[in-house]
Amino acid sequence: MIMREVAVVGVGLSKFGERWDAGLKELMAEAGVAAIEDAHISSNDVEMLFGGTMASGRFMGQEHIAALMSDQLGFKNVPAVRIENACASGGSALRLGYISVASGIHDIVVVGGVEKMTDVTSAEAGTALGGAGDQEWELFQGITFPGLYAMMAKRHMYEYGTTEEQLASVAVKNHDNAYKNRYAQFHKKISVQDVLDSKMVSDPLKLLDCSPISDGAAALVLAPLEVAKKYNDTPIRILASEQASDTLRLAERDSLSGIKATSIAAQKAYKHARITARDIDIAEVHDCFTIAEVMAMEDLGFYQKGKAAKAIADGETALNGKISVNTSGGLKGCGHPVGATGVKQAVEVVWQLRGDAADRQVKGADMGLTHNVGGSGATAVVHVFARAD
Amino acid sequence: MEKPSAGLWRKIKSRYNLVGSTCSKCGSNYFPPRIVCRKCGRESKMEDRKFNGNGEVVSFTTIRVPPDTFKDEAPYIVGVVRLEEGPMVEGHIIENSRPIDIGTKVRTTFRKMYVDGEEGLIYYHYKFEPV
Repeated sequence: MIMREVAVVGVGLSKFGERWDAGLKELMAEAGVAAIEDAHISSNDVEMLFGGTMASGRFMGQEHIAALMSDQLGFKNVPAVRIENACASGGSALRLGYISVASGIHDIVVVGGVEKMTDVTSAEAGTALGGAGDQEWELFQGITFPGLYAMMAKRHMYEYGTTEEQLASVAVKNHDNAYKNRYAQFHKKISVQDVLDSKMVSDPLKLLDCSPISDGAAALVLAPLEVAKKYNDTPIRILASEQASDTLRLAERDSLSGIKATSIAAQKAYKHARITARDIDIAEVHDCFTIAEVMAMEDLGFYQKGKAAKAIADGETALNGKISVNTSGGLKGCGHPVGATGVKQAVEVVWQLRGDAADRQVKGADMGLTHNVGGSGATAVVHVFARAD
Repeated sequence: MEKPSAGLWRKIKSRYNLVGSTCSKCGSNYFPPRIVCRKCGRESKMEDRKFNGNGEVVSFTTIRVPPDTFKDEAPYIVGVVRLEEGPMVEGHIIENSRPIDIGTKVRTTFRKMYVDGEEGLIYYHYKFEPV
């Protein structure tokens, strides 16, 4: 039961990348201040904060992030809660922010996401991220995240004939989009051959099939739809907010070549929004590895199982293609500060729907979707957005 | 030391001997062991079950960028194996003269997993080998 409709009235993003100049506080302030200014509110208007972060303790030795975020943004003693759901922390924080406004308990809510990952070595970062899977039975045996997605990729190739070139085309497309996004970590176009020639990490996945280690933050201001115009001329309505979970361990799932939690969350979201996948113009999907975008396009219902890889390689999901996917550059091109990612996806969709996406603006974008995954598929969060005017 | 050794010792029955659990009501088999059956919930009792160790490779990969604990072991092959009794499990696949591919029949074997530092504990674990 939804008690009232919810809109996004403010968005903000920090520059993503290796931000040696900025710590957690600076990143959070960069994104948070931008979102508050975008919503034309003052810090005093905010009633609650939900902060997504995965492993700030492992990366920075800093826990208790939500209160820190609230303080840094000058909110006045508001309730602040950290949300941890691995790489889906940001999307999960958004869903809880949505619920708190929809329920009528709060009017103005800020949803933040942050991760500061580059102050540790990449091996330490990999170990911290490994906690998104089953520590006792996956990481303990030396099975890394690239390893888990590599096994999904190999199975997808076996079942559907997906090729390494098709996987590479996901990274090429997302780098093309990131090139047009000033917030993105990478401003470098790459070719299929570059991906194929990059260092093997876990076959068939090479370095350029993998999203990077990143620093970054993102923030949203939510308000009841009925008063949204007070804060923003172009409020963006949240049509659906759904989430599903599954086994933490990859081997225990029904299938290795898809993510069931994604399908469940997506079907619930389409039903709630009274739409089908065909109504979506733009999507930010969770491309932590190239194979993840291929599976997402199938599990979200945009393509039949086994059909997405060819469609992506053929350009159907490029900017202003049949459906424009990861216009921000995705996790691969824009960067993947894990706790920020789910919130950043919503920021990008809001910009696109408002018509504020500059060089990468998709023509006629009326309805958008975000898809945020935790671990190898134990959590999936799907949101659907549309212009409210 | 990367991890306290209790993390290994309390799972040793499963890690050494592939002991999982079976549901007394629906007969579903699980590895690693579970306390609550995924199908029956709390309506049934779970019992220990030792699996025979025979299975088939569902997927596999070679880990070339390992976590610190495995830096002396890389590259190494890991896979998802479907056991004859049903459950799918993750594990290392050791190389012998036979090729490894999806569908390859494997059996478990007891091997060293890694050594915790130069004079540290030696961690043992089940691994799979092609038959």
